Amino acid sequence: MSQANDTYPPVPLQPAQDTTRQEPRLLAAGADAGWEQHVGTFGSSEPHTAGPGLLEALAEAGLTGRGGAAFETWRKATAAAGSVRKGLFPARPVVIANGAEGEPLSFKDRTLLTHAPHLVIDGLIALAAALGGAEMYVYAPAAGLPHVQRAVGERPRGKRIRVVQAPETFISGESSAVVNMIANGSAVPTDQRRRLSESGLNGRPTLVVNVETLAQVALIARYGAQWFRQAGTGTDPGTRLVSVSGPAPVRDVVLEVPGGAPLSAVLREAGMDPAALSAVLVGGYHGRWVRPAGHTLSPVGPPSRVVRPGAGVIHALDLQACGIQATARIVSYLAGQSARQCGPCMFGLPAMASVLNRIAGGEANPRLASELDRLGRLVSGRGACRHPEGTTGLVSSALEVFAADFRAHVSGYCTGPGGAAA
Amino acid sequence: MKTHLHIDWTSCDGRGLCAELLPGVLDRDDWGYPVARGKVGRERTDVPLRDADREAAREAVFLCPRLALSLLDGKAPETGKQVPGQ
Repeated sequence: MSQANDTYPPVPLQPAQDTTRQEPRLLAAGADAGWEQHVGTFGSSEPHTAGPGLLEALAEAGLTGRGGAAFETWRKATAAAGSVRKGLFPARPVVIANGAEGEPLSFKDRTLLTHAPHLVIDGLIALAAALGGAEMYVYAPAAGLPHVQRAVGERPRGKRIRVVQAPETFISGESSAVVNMIANGSAVPTDQRRRLSESGLNGRPTLVVNVETLAQVALIARYGAQWFRQAGTGTDPGTRLVSVSGPAPVRDVVLEVPGGAPLSAVLREAGMDPAALSAVLVGGYHGRWVRPAGHTLSPVGPPSRVVRPGAGVIHALDLQACGIQATARIVSYLAGQSARQCGPCMFGLPAMASVLNRIAGGEANPRLASELDRLGRLVSGRGACRHPEGTTGLVSSALEVFAADFRAHVSGYCTGPGGAAA
Repeated sequence: MKTHLHIDWTSCDGRGLCAELLPGVLDRDDWGYPVARGKVGRERTDVPLRDADREAAREAVFLCPRLALSLLDGKAPETGKQVPGQ
């Protein structure tokens, strides 16, 4: 992961065999792009003059959020704009660029903030202007902070942007946690009776937008929706950044891939042979295990053929690794990352981790798999944030993809070497 | 206008009064926290109520020692009717 900054430009280690090759858009200005490199590459723009027309362009472009939920950006922005007008006195809205990257296997946002902070800020300013002059924040972890601060200092009107440091916890980027951190210095999710787009930071209509999404907004504001749609597919237009990692000696790499890209092609571009992999974790720790062949990356489509890119994490497991042990480690981590505010998460996730660790450790008890399934169903949908169902989703995908391994484990042996039950 | 019973999980401590007052709506989990019967996903946090359960729900809201419950009236779901920028 520490190599993420060295991976620009993302040169494929092998020639791509599919249609994944994508001219860099977001990182086109090159490494550590300052203001002059930025303007030299993308041309000058006046993001602060954006109006409601920008939201129409975002709708036409079909841009979806790149932070995980893949919600349509224009809908989110339009909801906030609607809340501004609803009150007796219009409340000044807030736009927050969310650079928190709590996913341990994600490094694309850090890479973007390091090399293209100005593109993110262009998008932030444009979206804030389109909402009639919103307050602006950049929320970023320590690694991205100096780059953001330098960029803010380099550009005209940069002083209006406030920069807040995000802590390095898994849930620090959950949108209510982002607002809570900026308001109260505590990056844990809050109970939401109302959406943040209605009542967020200090009760104002608030948009929390992933930094890559904002960089895409900046490009759409410059070049238009039709240009954006030249990459990707009709249902998944544009490009996205993915953080690809795998078994050594594969290097961690950030790639920009077109929407609807085949997973196997992305793996090959990152230097891996899909045939030498047992499974791939896609989306992050709240994502899903899939087999390396046969799926495309897209937020929409049947789960048998399409896997949601979520936060853009792609992590490959080699044929020797035990998927159950890998999942047990992840679920143990997720249980430890519970904010311990909500009972079902505080008790349910450690219970799930415990059962999974017993299976991984080779306890010959055929009831464990169904107990795991029961616990997952029990915690799902019951929390201030989606940490419980995200964890459940990962576990159910493991139960499906590693079904044979589960059977082997509960019968007392592990099919992969190095397992405690081997 | 559909009424929902909202559970604030950050306040709920699993005392169980709500499940006693609304036995047809709420069950309790392994640790005593309420579980909406027969519901999945976010309907376990914003639990839709039948008219017949509204009065008991009001009582549960009033009596919850952790003030973790509230009623949401006729929350309009986000629809596809939105027009960009309007």
